[in-house]
Amino acid sequence: MTDLDSTDFAILKSLTQDATQSAGAVGKSLGLSQPATWRRIRKLEEDGILTGRRVDLDAEKLGFGVTVFLGVKLATKGRVSLEDFERAVTAIPEVQTVQHVLGLYDYRLRVVARDLSDFERVLRRRIMTLPGVGNVEANVLLSEERLAGPLE
Amino acid sequence: MLDDTDRRLLRHLQADPLAPISELADRCAMQPATATRRLDKLTRQGVLKGQHATIDWAALDYAVEVSLRFTLDKTQANAFDDFQAAARKIPEVIAIQTFLGVVDVRLSVVARDMAHYQTLYRNHILTLPHIAELEALMHVATIKSSETLPI
Repeated sequence: MTDLDSTDFAILKSLTQDATQSAGAVGKSLGLSQPATWRRIRKLEEDGILTGRRVDLDAEKLGFGVTVFLGVKLATKGRVSLEDFERAVTAIPEVQTVQHVLGLYDYRLRVVARDLSDFERVLRRRIMTLPGVGNVEANVLLSEERLAGPLE
Repeated sequence: MLDDTDRRLLRHLQADPLAPISELADRCAMQPATATRRLDKLTRQGVLKGQHATIDWAALDYAVEVSLRFTLDKTQANAFDDFQAAARKIPEVIAIQTFLGVVDVRLSVVARDMAHYQTLYRNHILTLPHIAELEALMHVATIKSSETLPI
């Protein structure tokens, strides 16, 4: 929102890097007291800007060697409702994210699997059997870099 | 290296990262000190890499999110490196991913509105090096974004 100042943005930046920091620790690097920092964090949460936390796990060390992004086109629009597709796809544990998009595809899915043959199982048994699913394009994730974004 | 208890702990942590350690320990039927010790160990082993605050860009007045999918001109030896280095300099880029498949690189870009997006697209995106092909997917809605691993 427009009433954020540079201190708020610095707090956001700091917490996106490490959300386990206490308000005191965040404030310290910004020359802000613990209560003042806590109030600002609280306000950012209340305004719906800070929405929660993402736990960053090493997928490979946990046995998930493959991440694949799928572009999914629905084949029978009108006959199968988007809600049916969304409900079914959301329930698949290997599907981490589902985004409804406009363009070449209708949905973009992020899927994790143990290896390529495990991915094939997920694709054949879970994805290709979804209601209304049409064309599917797969791209195997090689690297991923998350950036702070326009927090100025 | 990891036992079932570690996995259970990580499963509960993923499901509710904001829960206090005492509650997390409770759900895993262990002592808080044990939970802390195990999480420290998982951090040392590099399994637990950290926790990041998530931001709703729409709440920050960035109403538009676009997925830009690129194929690069691979006859250029440094196509990937050049492209990624240049993309990093665009503040509105929130993620860079590289792929094996039809698409080489994908950028997640946020913009305040369509006019802002158009400016970004013309002045910063189309000027990125070694682009062979480019297509855009406009985000309509996020249906699921837990990004949890099915441990």
